[in-house]
Amino acid sequence: MIPVLGLVVGILLGVVLDVTVPAAFEPYLPIALIASLDALLGAGRATLEGVFDDRVFVVSFLSNVLLATLIVFVGNQLGVGAQLTTAVIVVLGIRIFTNAAAMRRLLLGA
Amino acid sequence: MSTDTTPAQARARLSQALTSRPRRGTALITVLFVIVGFVAAVQFAAPDDVLDRASRTDLIQILNSLDTRSDQLSEEISRLEATRSELLAGADSSEAAQAEAEARLETLGILAGTVAAEGPGVELAISDPAGAVDGSTMLSVVQELRDAGAEAIQIDGNQRSVRVVASSAFVDVPSGGVSVAGIALSPPYSVLAIGDPGTLAPALRIPGGAVSALEGAGATVSVRDDAIVVVDALQETSPPSYASPAEPETAESDRG
Repeated sequence: MIPVLGLVVGILLGVVLDVTVPAAFEPYLPIALIASLDALLGAGRATLEGVFDDRVFVVSFLSNVLLATLIVFVGNQLGVGAQLTTAVIVVLGIRIFTNAAAMRRLLLGA
Repeated sequence: MSTDTTPAQARARLSQALTSRPRRGTALITVLFVIVGFVAAVQFAAPDDVLDRASRTDLIQILNSLDTRSDQLSEEISRLEATRSELLAGADSSEAAQAEAEARLETLGILAGTVAAEGPGVELAISDPAGAVDGSTMLSVVQELRDAGAEAIQIDGNQRSVRVVASSAFVDVPSGGVSVAGIALSPPYSVLAIGDPGTLAPALRIPGGAVSALEGAGATVSVRDDAIVVVDALQETSPPSYASPAEPETAESDRG
């Protein structure tokens, strides 16, 4: 319950504070966001399956975000940032869909 | 995928997760959630610029089209500036032409006697009780004044005034007096002339000149040369019926 409240608090902070994204982070923020979304859905699925573990969640969350950002960073250095960004988003998107479908099946049985 | 979980079990786990007491690690997870929410909100609030998402090719194309547009606008600016300076020059020259035409109109109006004039000059008072001054004497006075550079001349007599212009004729009136330009004048006369007083007055007074001719005819003459003379009698002009401007080349050479 508390983490969900934290999410709401974070959203409110982001809306109220009117922060401008630094130009250096701009290409990586959407990727990091997608990666964390994937981790969140993974955590939700694990919760429903009864295998959720704090440590696993934190580690998978951080590694997901870092890896996605690193891939895009390397791609930018090599001049294929746009293509690698697309690749990462496709992979994460597939995972998000898979996790969402699993949660749906777990909750609704269909 | 665990197929051994029923929807009821899943819902129970979900509600249990939502209501469970904080465990070790909940704080860290909460921090991560706060960060995710914050980043999501910031990213959604960020201005959505089309250029951010455009590919390199698109950007180059956009840049090229902007360059082309900029070139076109620069060309248009220089074209419009050229037009503007042309128009300004045109306005200047037409203003100058208008000023020149107005000055010319004044000059010609004074010469033709259609506008009143004032300036330094002489006033010639001729008392002629015997009516001995005839047209030729009066004409000689006018000629004397013209020779001395009078610019505008007017003759008063018996409360009537006549502007003397190039076409004015001097005719004797049998009953006495002089008809100038068709208007009969009777003594005493007053001749007003605008010009350099220092030239006009001596010219009138030279021996054998106008004044002596008038006095020889029996008139009394006095010359004032210290007044500002107002020549306000006007002469009607009518457009010439027969004369028309000559060919430009001839007119040019005539004027030169």
